[in-house]
Amino acid sequence: MAKVLVVTSGKGGVGKTTTTAALGAALAQGGQSVVVIDFDVGLRNLDLVLGAERRVVYDLINVVQGEAKLSQALIRDKRVETLSLLAASQTRDKDALSEEGVGRIIAELREKFDWVICDSPAGIERGSALAMRFADVAVVVTNPEVSSVRDSDRIIGLLDSKTERAEKGERMEKHLLITRFDPAREMRGEMLKTEDVLEILSIPLLGIIPESEEVLRASNVGSPVTLNAPLSAPARAYLDAAKRLRGEVVAMTVPTERRAGLLSKLFRRAA
Amino acid sequence: MNLLSFFQRRRGSAPIARDRLQVLLAHERAVLGQRDLVAILREEILAVIGRHVRVDSDKVRVKMDRGASISTLEVDIEIPTAEGGLKLAIAG
Ligand SMILES: Nc1ncnc2c1ncn2[C@@H]1O[C@H](COP(=O)(O)OP(=O)(O)OP(=O)(O)O)[C@@H](O)[C@H]1O
Ligand SMILES: [Mg+2]
Repeated sequence: MAKVLVVTSGKGGVGKTTTTAALGAALAQGGQSVVVIDFDVGLRNLDLVLGAERRVVYDLINVVQGEAKLSQALIRDKRVETLSLLAASQTRDKDALSEEGVGRIIAELREKFDWVICDSPAGIERGSALAMRFADVAVVVTNPEVSSVRDSDRIIGLLDSKTERAEKGERMEKHLLITRFDPAREMRGEMLKTEDVLEILSIPLLGIIPESEEVLRASNVGSPVTLNAPLSAPARAYLDAAKRLRGEVVAMTVPTERRAGLLSKLFRRAA
Repeated sequence: MNLLSFFQRRRGSAPIARDRLQVLLAHERAVLGQRDLVAILREEILAVIGRHVRVDSDKVRVKMDRGASISTLEVDIEIPTAEGGLKLAIAG
């Protein structure tokens, strides 16, 4: 059965779009069929991060308004064929998105894919409300920093009250994804500790994505980090998170870039 | 530099961030309504029933309707039985 997942945060710039692309690609790399939808009307970016910006002809609003068929608007990824994108409109107003229209499209996508992943815009207004409205599962993206944690708390409240599932009295599955994590700064006490963030927000941890240049490099070339540098620290963290989403039990570690170097040093010492 | 700020500098500013957040969010949650009450009730109801019968977490619905003078809590649980299913509904 299809799962509708929203990637949300409240605060802007914490890594929602990066996460949507990386988790979407990771699930697709694992054989699942996945569609990622950009809900950031007017500020679309998911197409860029996925390297599909020149292939967008029709977008979410065209489909909602009946100007294009869903099949015309879906863009299939050139690297992973089970991954598709539904872009946001760059020119139209977000008021063109009706709740009824979004609901209809998500219902249609449920029939075709294993995962429907909604990339929420920042804020708690219409765009983010619609992105979470029909979700079964939420990934709350948080940076270990006060304003991000506060906004995540607010978003968790909305997930528990304003989604269709919450209104029907059903369970809304929520997962915390800590991104842009810097272990050295956590150790020096400059960044909130993961355990503190977990205690404050009290939702289960899906993963910890380290701060890494590979993320920027991947978005520069228009490829999700899990495809562009699958062995890099952030890619391994996203691949593990995707496995956890599928119910696998994977030990929680923060992958680091220098692991190979450390290991080889140890070997040298042992030899 | 006084002693307190000396120690704070050594420990880093993250513990202060944590303490400020805990105070702030306790306040905000109270103002915006108890966010988790329904979610907490669902988990606990599920745990209690799960001690006696097997229930699927998706088959438990807990709904709160807040009214001006009274609020109602509706609990709806589907329990599988050999004959095919028994529905338990509690409203109050
Ligand atoms: N783990 C990471 N390491 C380094 N840079 C990162 C990481 N995650 C995200 N970034 C960078 O942070 C910036 C914001 O990321 P992104 O666009 O994914 O955030 P967003 O939450 O979608 O933002 P918005 O709220 O504007 O939609 C980008 O430049 C991205 O490359
Ligand atoms: Mg974004």
